[in-house]
Amino acid sequence: MKFLVCISNVPDTTTKIAFTPDNKEFNKAGVQFVINPWDEYALTRAIELKEAAGSGTVTVLNVGEADTEPNIRKALAIGADDAIRVNAVPQDAYFVAEQIAAIAKDGAYDVILMGKESIDYNGFQVHGMVGEMLGIPTVAPAMKLDMSGNTATLEREIEGGKEIVTVNTPFVASCQQPMCEPRIPNMRGIMTARTKPLKVVPAVGEPARTTVAEFALPPKKQGVKLIPAETAGDLIKLLRNEAKVI
Amino acid sequence: MSVLVVVECADGEVKKSSLEVASYGAQVAAQLGTTATAIAVGEANEANLAKLGEQGITKVLYDAEPRLKDFVNNAYTKLIATAAEQEQAKIIVLANSNIGAAVGSRLSVRLKASLATNVVELPKTDNGQFLVRRGAFSGKAFSDVVLSGDRKIIAVKKNSTEARHDAGKTAEVTGFSAQLSDADFADAPTQVVMQDQAGGILLPEAERVVSGGRGMKGPENWGLIEDLAKALGAATACSKPVSDVDWRPHHEHVGQTGITISPNLYIACGISGAIQHLAGVNSSKVIVVINKDPEAPFFKAADYGIVGDVFDVLPKLTAAVKELN
Ligand SMILES: Cc1cc2nc3c(=O)[nH]c(=O)nc-3n(C[C@H](O)[C@H](O)[C@H](O)COP(=O)(O)OP(=O)(O)OC[C@H]3O[C@@H](n4cnc5c(N)ncnc54)[C@H](O)[C@@H]3O)c2cc1C
Repeated sequence: MKFLVCISNVPDTTTKIAFTPDNKEFNKAGVQFVINPWDEYALTRAIELKEAAGSGTVTVLNVGEADTEPNIRKALAIGADDAIRVNAVPQDAYFVAEQIAAIAKDGAYDVILMGKESIDYNGFQVHGMVGEMLGIPTVAPAMKLDMSGNTATLEREIEGGKEIVTVNTPFVASCQQPMCEPRIPNMRGIMTARTKPLKVVPAVGEPARTTVAEFALPPKKQGVKLIPAETAGDLIKLLRNEAKVI
Repeated sequence: MSVLVVVECADGEVKKSSLEVASYGAQVAAQLGTTATAIAVGEANEANLAKLGEQGITKVLYDAEPRLKDFVNNAYTKLIATAAEQEQAKIIVLANSNIGAAVGSRLSVRLKASLATNVVELPKTDNGQFLVRRGAFSGKAFSDVVLSGDRKIIAVKKNSTEARHDAGKTAEVTGFSAQLSDADFADAPTQVVMQDQAGGILLPEAERVVSGGRGMKGPENWGLIEDLAKALGAATACSKPVSDVDWRPHHEHVGQTGITISPNLYIACGISGAIQHLAGVNSSKVIVVINKDPEAPFFKAADYGIVGDVFDVLPKLTAAVKELN
């Protein structure tokens, strides 16, 4: 079984978001980048399934410039076998999906996994685009993934419940909790990651279909109005008469 | 040219988020000087579909194929693509739900459309550009995105726009068939399992939410959260560590790595207000924080606060709500 796991490079979850003075770009200064937390589920589950089967390969794929390589190496340290970096700025979901679809097709991957969405762009789009480009099923967002031969059984979250879906390879799934407990690299993994293959390839396909004109921050809160605990019930009156939300 | 709105139904009812989407689509149609047609998916009821007139929809297409009752990605994609071709829709509006995102992303490739998800406002269409504002950085920011190309798909974030209700207006419901075949249902679910929702209110669509963190001490104390939620007609939610240790189910976990919600009222009980938690809830209209630590970071993001013990404060709040009703 050949697994392709797509990872994106995102600001650490503790990052205070700020933009360049013209609000055109995210201000990367001093920001630490991590593997997108949702993608960690995809990566760990692929490694677990490969280990359970006793054969197969896990390839990680990132669309990004050279500064994403530390996180690609981290994915290799966690247990991926090799990596591919498409050397390009990930312009929008469509552009990224084109890169993934091209590589998935070239390499004849059986299972294409990724996180539900990236925590910076929050598109929740790439999975479906890749599936459609390749003409194969997508299961998104998947909470559980088991494989038996070429058949996968997944739990797909729907509002208010879940669907049990069975698909044959090849397919795409976007992953979320509680699929597995994401692994962290160990010392041996870090040592071996250094020598694992990382191939850099150019981008292909058509240009992006969307462009960001400007970023904005949400309006600041006015400040908190405190109600003494002794008269906590007064809060309910304020919510009805002042805030008018109940 | 028209605007096509995808309306999700369950148990015969149009979902609340789809009423919002219908209103949004009708307003976009008005901006562009055209009309909005809806296509229904899920288990629909014709009388309820006709009522979409109240949101400004003129016509509703409905395919009574019984296998469309449950979500099937390929079948839904083909159904909506066929409707879009028939109606010559340049703009498709759907909910930024698990269904909407799954279908919208496939549709964007099939129809060669540009796609914006998580959209929070009506588009700006001056000077020949089509600009939408969408949530980014997990609720920590917005980005204004230009959609190029002839066709556009917009997935609207739940609770970010209000559904209009022009009482008495009705839409014409017409039968529609996308000629779906067995192959289109190859990825149909083998089983659908619904959870027990607190009071039948779905967290992603809820207008009011009562949420508990580690300060609740253990799952045995959740009755306090549920009592207040029930009195308020609210859904229940929790912080990540609470679902990680299985005090509460995962679908209640809100935040950067859980779900993002924007109810009118969010009441946080015994939650410290870590930046990852705030990301998931800071677009709530009114935030109430109950925490015994006056230094808890959540107070900085709150509109109302009570410095106190949740075990003392929650019963008082529940009693006050009951008194009011
Ligand atoms: C990559 C990553 C992603 C994450 N994603 C999320 C996410 O999506 N959502 C999320 O919630 N967290 C997330 N976290 C975790 C986050 O950093 C915090 O650890 C978490 O939100 C804390 O949960 P809590 O507020 O329930 O617990 P704590 O931080 O332990 O806070 C408990 C609070 O309860 C108060 N308290 C205790 N007893 C009482 C009492 N009797 N009465 C009143 N108040 C009381 C305390 O003063 C304290 O403020 C993430 C972390 C990482 C690293």
